[in-house]
Amino acid sequence: MTAAAEITPGQRLDQVVHTIERADLIRYAGASGDFNPIHWNDEWAKSVGLPGVIAHGMFSMGVAARMISAFADNPAAIKRLRVRFSAMIQPGQTLTVSGEVADIDGNRVKVRFWGEDEAGNRVLSKGETDLELG
Amino acid sequence: MPLNQALLGKEYPPVRYEVGREKLREFAESVGETNPIYHDEEAARAAGHPDIPAVPTFPVVLSRRVGQKVYEDPELGLDYSRVVHGEQEFTYHRPIFAGDRLLAAGRVAAVQARGRHELLAIETRVTTEDGEPVCSAVMTLIARGPSPSARGGS
Repeated sequence: MTAAAEITPGQRLDQVVHTIERADLIRYAGASGDFNPIHWNDEWAKSVGLPGVIAHGMFSMGVAARMISAFADNPAAIKRLRVRFSAMIQPGQTLTVSGEVADIDGNRVKVRFWGEDEAGNRVLSKGETDLELG
Repeated sequence: MPLNQALLGKEYPPVRYEVGREKLREFAESVGETNPIYHDEEAARAAGHPDIPAVPTFPVVLSRRVGQKVYEDPELGLDYSRVVHGEQEFTYHRPIFAGDRLLAAGRVAAVQARGRHELLAIETRVTTEDGEPVCSAVMTLIARGPSPSARGGS
């Protein structure tokens, strides 16, 4: 487990960069059980006013959670995880997830994180996680 | 048709969920998580876990099953084709592990108008069959209003 004593306020987490492919969304639909056609059927997505299929918000959050898990180095250290889905992201676009240490109180560490597409639009915002490190 | 705000606080009976190793591996793979503790029992045990742990967003699988009951509640009046996922929050007592036998109970945590749109929050509380608290999830959905604008994440 990452030790709280090794962490400093403002410390940046190692970014996670993921270019979204249509196959990612189909695989995620199967694994999660979320078969909403806006994530795999372009015609359906366009019929409800979207530009085409969009990623599941929970796929993007799952990619973001990789960064948190790598930083915490133990799933039992993660006490809370939240995020807002503030823009859509589509296959062919690249999600970059960044985060920084916001607060340290003993072994409790709060991390803020966000996710952007290649144009800098915030796909994930107000990301927060509370960790209890060793 | 607006959502029925009288459903605030309504509870839904728990859904049973038996956590399989292959399901946890499949879910970890689907979000690109390659750390061996999420795939290999020996790696998980060497790291001090009783079995393969779930990745942090896995409880959404239980949350969706609970959500399905809420969406289909005829008293609610939700048109699921208008729904996007607005926010998600998880609170953890401990990780989910392969072999866990879980119960996931649902509750309507919020239902309110937000300008032209409506907001519906569904809370899922996950325990073991023996009543040990495991985690909870709050899924906040936005039901888009009649205008064609399509803001929001998922």
